[in-house]
Amino acid sequence: MERQSLLWFFRRYQHYDVLVAGGGISGVQAALDLANAGFKVLMVDRRPSIGGHMAQLDKTFPTLDCSI
Amino acid sequence: MSYTEIEGIEGEEGNFTVRLLRKPRYVLEHRCTGCRNCVDHCPVEIPDVFNQKLSKEKAIHIYFSQAIPLICYIDPEYCLYLKEGKCGICADICRNSAIDFGQVPQREEVKVGAVVLSMGFDPYDPSVRPEWGYGRLANVISSMDFERITSSTGPYSGEILRPSDLKHPHKVAWIQCVGSRQVYEGSKSYCSAVCCTYTQKQVILMKIHNPEAECVVFHNDIRAFSKGFERFFERTESLPGVRFIRAYPQVVGEDPVSKNVILRYVTPEGKLVEEDFDLVVLSVGLLPPSGIDKVASELGIELNEYGFCKTNPFDFVEATKPGVFVSGSFIAPSDIPEAVYTASGAASKCGRLLGYRRNKLTVPKQYPPEREVVEEEPRVGVFVCHCGANIGKVVSVPSLVEEALKLPYVVHAEEDLFWCSTSGTKRIMEVVKEKGLNRVVVAACTPKTHEPTFMDSIRMGGINMYLVDMANIREHCTWVHPLEGEAAYEKAKELIKMSLARALLLEPLELYEIPIDKRALVVGGGISGMTCALDLAEQGHEVWLVEKERELGGMARRIYWTLEGEDVQGFLRDLIDRVYRHPLIHVLTEAKIIETSGYLGNFVTKVQSGGTVYEIKHGVTILATGAVEYRPTEYLYGKDPRVVTALEFEELLAKRDQKVLEAENVVMIQCVGSRSKERNYCSRICCGETMKNALKLKELNPNCNIYVLYRDMRTYGFKEDLYRKAADLGVVFIRFEPEQQPVVEQVQGAAERALRVRVRDHVLGEEVEIGVDLVVLAAGVVPAPDNQELSEQFKVPLDEDGFFKEAHVKLRPVDFGTEGIFLCGMAHYPKYIQEAIAQAHGASGRAMTILSKEKEVSSGIVCFVDEGRCMGCGACAEVCTYGAILMEETKRGKKPKVIPVLCKGCGLCNSECPTGAIQVKHFKDEQILAEIDVLMASDEELKDIIDKKIKQNKGAKAA
Repeated sequence: MERQSLLWFFRRYQHYDVLVAGGGISGVQAALDLANAGFKVLMVDRRPSIGGHMAQLDKTFPTLDCSI
Repeated sequence: MSYTEIEGIEGEEGNFTVRLLRKPRYVLEHRCTGCRNCVDHCPVEIPDVFNQKLSKEKAIHIYFSQAIPLICYIDPEYCLYLKEGKCGICADICRNSAIDFGQVPQREEVKVGAVVLSMGFDPYDPSVRPEWGYGRLANVISSMDFERITSSTGPYSGEILRPSDLKHPHKVAWIQCVGSRQVYEGSKSYCSAVCCTYTQKQVILMKIHNPEAECVVFHNDIRAFSKGFERFFERTESLPGVRFIRAYPQVVGEDPVSKNVILRYVTPEGKLVEEDFDLVVLSVGLLPPSGIDKVASELGIELNEYGFCKTNPFDFVEATKPGVFVSGSFIAPSDIPEAVYTASGAASKCGRLLGYRRNKLTVPKQYPPEREVVEEEPRVGVFVCHCGANIGKVVSVPSLVEEALKLPYVVHAEEDLFWCSTSGTKRIMEVVKEKGLNRVVVAACTPKTHEPTFMDSIRMGGINMYLVDMANIREHCTWVHPLEGEAAYEKAKELIKMSLARALLLEPLELYEIPIDKRALVVGGGISGMTCALDLAEQGHEVWLVEKERELGGMARRIYWTLEGEDVQGFLRDLIDRVYRHPLIHVLTEAKIIETSGYLGNFVTKVQSGGTVYEIKHGVTILATGAVEYRPTEYLYGKDPRVVTALEFEELLAKRDQKVLEAENVVMIQCVGSRSKERNYCSRICCGETMKNALKLKELNPNCNIYVLYRDMRTYGFKEDLYRKAADLGVVFIRFEPEQQPVVEQVQGAAERALRVRVRDHVLGEEVEIGVDLVVLAAGVVPAPDNQELSEQFKVPLDEDGFFKEAHVKLRPVDFGTEGIFLCGMAHYPKYIQEAIAQAHGASGRAMTILSKEKEVSSGIVCFVDEGRCMGCGACAEVCTYGAILMEETKRGKKPKVIPVLCKGCGLCNSECPTGAIQVKHFKDEQILAEIDVLMASDEELKDIIDKKIKQNKGAKAA
């Protein structure tokens, strides 16, 4: 790529290493592990908050730990 | 980005363009502080979706009380202003001008190298089948509704009430398999895998809330197939007033007066019963996420026949498009541990693909050099937080600020709505710099969650991060005394004073850096160990793979097909080949671990293999030591050659043995060696493996009669279809109770001593006799015999059944409590090949979070020894669970030596020490005692006491 178009390319887009689609327990774990291994991550969730269904649960089996 | 949809992905692995659609919140994210002032004033009430519409919310609200990000959004469907141009109260009331009615959907494009799909599931909506009565009868609720009802942030603030009259229900029924395991319209054929156990949890919670409650669970097999589930089931079943009934009940209707729900069912004894319940909970299954068809086509991935993500048959975390990985329930209905390890696994896969660009886009945070503060006159800043309304509504924050300014050495005090916000932490950093603060007090919430935030901001301000103390005026004050404003205010004042005293005595501490050795040790050369080794080697790390047998392959050497019919031996050969060919993997076979020592990033293990002892240095350890098949002692096994285990039978099938091809009658007995007194767990895989073998036998020998004797059929997830297929092909299923085990016997007198199985058939209600050619025992999975030794060598625990025990059964399924050591595969618990592979990826993903770094930084809060006071008793070393204290010979006798990188600052040694010689930095006795002393002091004495403390502290240090 020419210098000009290369500059355009980097300005045109935000760059990330990995897109994680979904911010439930699985998406959060994936994003954390990726970020801790040196990758820039974009997490996208369709709801107004991350947390997914696990945030709706009261406690989890079999330890009865608080879910949130 | 929350509240954002993915509209499409173009491109290929390494270079995708993602089109995103940010939905309008009508609230400016950077301005909203989450104070909820607007919510209080909004006149429109709407059903609260997060609370399953069991309670009301406002048209402008925060999704739920602990939402991240904690900011409001407006539901345009209900907002009067957005609909009719009226109202707009929220915009007037908002102090930060965060409301923006003009927002429109925004499209954005980003570039990424890989994609992880963690789209989850949707709970089944039981209203699609009117016969459940959901939505029609007030007291029929779904299990998701029940979750919200028991939750303290739920519609009834955590009290279990029923919707019709808000009274405490006493008699509650759960109906299992709602929307699952059914082949009619509107239901799913698969088993949702989690409902049995979440129902048991709900029963236990119900009994905790109301010990007198009567609970009935209507089920059709209890599927307690994961770690700890069998015991959990027993615990639930043994509670007084709890009944488990094997029946499919019908919802007849409700009592017009009491609104109780009437259920009709046939008991296992064949009696038709009608019973009414105060509340009926439908245990709903898991569906693929809604609208996934459209999303899948935009993403260019395929879905399976059930609507979940189609994956590589051996490798669950790979979707059908290269560079797209998948984790969690979007693979198949699954529980939280699977969601966690598949996530780490997907991360590992991304690492293999994008290793070349690791650390290229991320920028490590730079901190300014630290100012020397020890000799300075104390200059303290006090930052008091409103925490939205949490603190500010109960006590007057401005007055607390005023009072703080009167305290000795306080040169600055300030309030903010949220000090933890980005603007708040930046402000603290600036004040530290501008005013030359050398101690900081943050009067806000709990240090457990927020101390790291404030440590970071003062570090950015140029002083040591340990020079901040938090006064918890929320949890310890306004939350517990919300109605006693004045007293709470006095208490908050005292808490700040105490915090100041401690802050003045805090000392700068040094962070310890641990270099990371980039090599890995993988113990166990089965499928899990090899998968893990390849993952790490592909990411550039040298791996030592240690196997005790002569050849790699482990248990998989005896398996020929997966349940889905894939060729295991071919897969295994290819995997072994790739391991041997990889230049970074060293394989040691017939190897034995002699000893191992060290800690995170710096382990040393001695391994003996082929007469040589290797001393291996490595940064992480992964235990993938597998498990073994139970060797039955029951059912004439070993006494009659016609009785074989499932694995032996699989071999006969693979070899097309005459015994199999000519057999007329074959009996398969489940739960051999599992779910017993000695081994009180379910071996998870036997039901599925039996289905696989039965179907294979039907294929090779269609006329053979097959009888499966079982207790509960546990073909969870999509495996349910194999069960159905076997039944359709005429396999006979006979259920037995553990008290009435089947009997396998040789018939005396008959030719060739014919083999016979006797079992009591619960449907017929009588004993049946089957003359058989072969008996196949579904022998369970038992822990490997050397687990005990390995557990002692690596100092990692075993669970009560002898499998390795992970750090947390739900949230840390592949970690050990000891940092730097991981586990995967059957060493953890019995599992299918694909599950073991996914978990192996998970372990490598977790290991990569360490190996990808040059060094780990460990906390400065560690213990230290005052040798003068120490009498060398060694109690501290004994009590330390991290092995961080060694007793060393010195001139003055044995004295403890602390290894700071291993110390977690837990303080156990501190409380054990008889002379107070060993203490924890940052929590030294004088720092804590100072808090108590100033609490007792009058305002006049305060300065003197504090000065005395500072002087003493300096004096002690000088000495």
